[in-house]
Amino acid sequence: MPATYEPIATNTLGSAASSVTFSSIPGTYTDLIVVMQYANSTGTADVYFQFNSDTGSNYSRTQLYGTGSVAGSNAGTSETALNGVGYVGTTLSQSISHIMNYSNATTYKTVLIRNDPTANNVTAVVGLWRSTSAITTIKIGYSTNNFIAGSTFTIYGIKSA
Amino acid sequence: MAPILGVIASANQGQFISYTDYASIATTTVGSGGAATITFSSIPSTYQHLQIRAFARSDRSAGVDIMSMRMNSDTAANYSDHLLYGDGTTAQTDVNINATTINIQRLASDNLSANIFSDFVIDILDYANTNKYKTIRYLSGYDANGSGRVGLGSGSWRNTAAVTSITLTSAFSSNYKQYSSFALYGIKG
Repeated sequence: MPATYEPIATNTLGSAASSVTFSSIPGTYTDLIVVMQYANSTGTADVYFQFNSDTGSNYSRTQLYGTGSVAGSNAGTSETALNGVGYVGTTLSQSISHIMNYSNATTYKTVLIRNDPTANNVTAVVGLWRSTSAITTIKIGYSTNNFIAGSTFTIYGIKSA
Repeated sequence: MAPILGVIASANQGQFISYTDYASIATTTVGSGGAATITFSSIPSTYQHLQIRAFARSDRSAGVDIMSMRMNSDTAANYSDHLLYGDGTTAQTDVNINATTINIQRLASDNLSANIFSDFVIDILDYANTNKYKTIRYLSGYDANGSGRVGLGSGSWRNTAAVTSITLTSAFSSNYKQYSSFALYGIKG
């Protein structure tokens, strides 16, 4: 029986890097799931996605968070990347992103994210990429520092009947 | 190494399964005429859990919509749900008790700009067990570049019957739009 849910690509960093890019993503799945576990050596900042090398102001997001003392919500509009995909600090964080119907060429793309920065907060995020293009490339970036060696990034594909 | 179930589900669970233990049961994609109801019927009881992954939008123009879930065609007031959500400004919560459906919020609609759809990942746990009520949980949301909603929800169907059918409608009796898709998966124990 063919696998319904299978890994497409994995990158475990052998040395520190500021971004990871998955390219030539096949359009043969229904949804993509991106699983990441990462940290950096100093400071904290957002992790972001950029699709198909689009650096235009075509991304937005709505975020729900809890810090341990307060629950809140914030948003970003017309951003140049889908921020809030993760939040990196010096302790390991993990996030799981669901990119639904990623290969359709008719609608904008909506992404659901659960993000668990262990030392900071817990978040749920919905993101939008205002493009009707099929997603073939995902850049996972971190602008202010590097992901440490050993950080892991995996893309899975899910096929529906 | 097999992935943790949390890779499949909407949050971490800490169990281990293999890639082939996640199976596609049925998929519905809405055509140009729209659809008022999505039904998954004759659901086999051979899995441990179910997951619905949906990408959807309705034709409601008066406001953003709500997806309504019903099990085994039970129309009685045997459902309840809780929701924690963020709207971009504040975190809020919502509840429905003794309801005739489980509300799953929010469903993008024609109240928003074109091409914006909601995502839903809905887990229905131990659905074939005949000794306890059924519990679901979900992660859902839409973003419209200036408005949006992301939510973590739970729901209950106060019935011990195995779930053999699931219907998904609009709480406002609107229709799902073309390109909406709904996929049901089974997860083996």
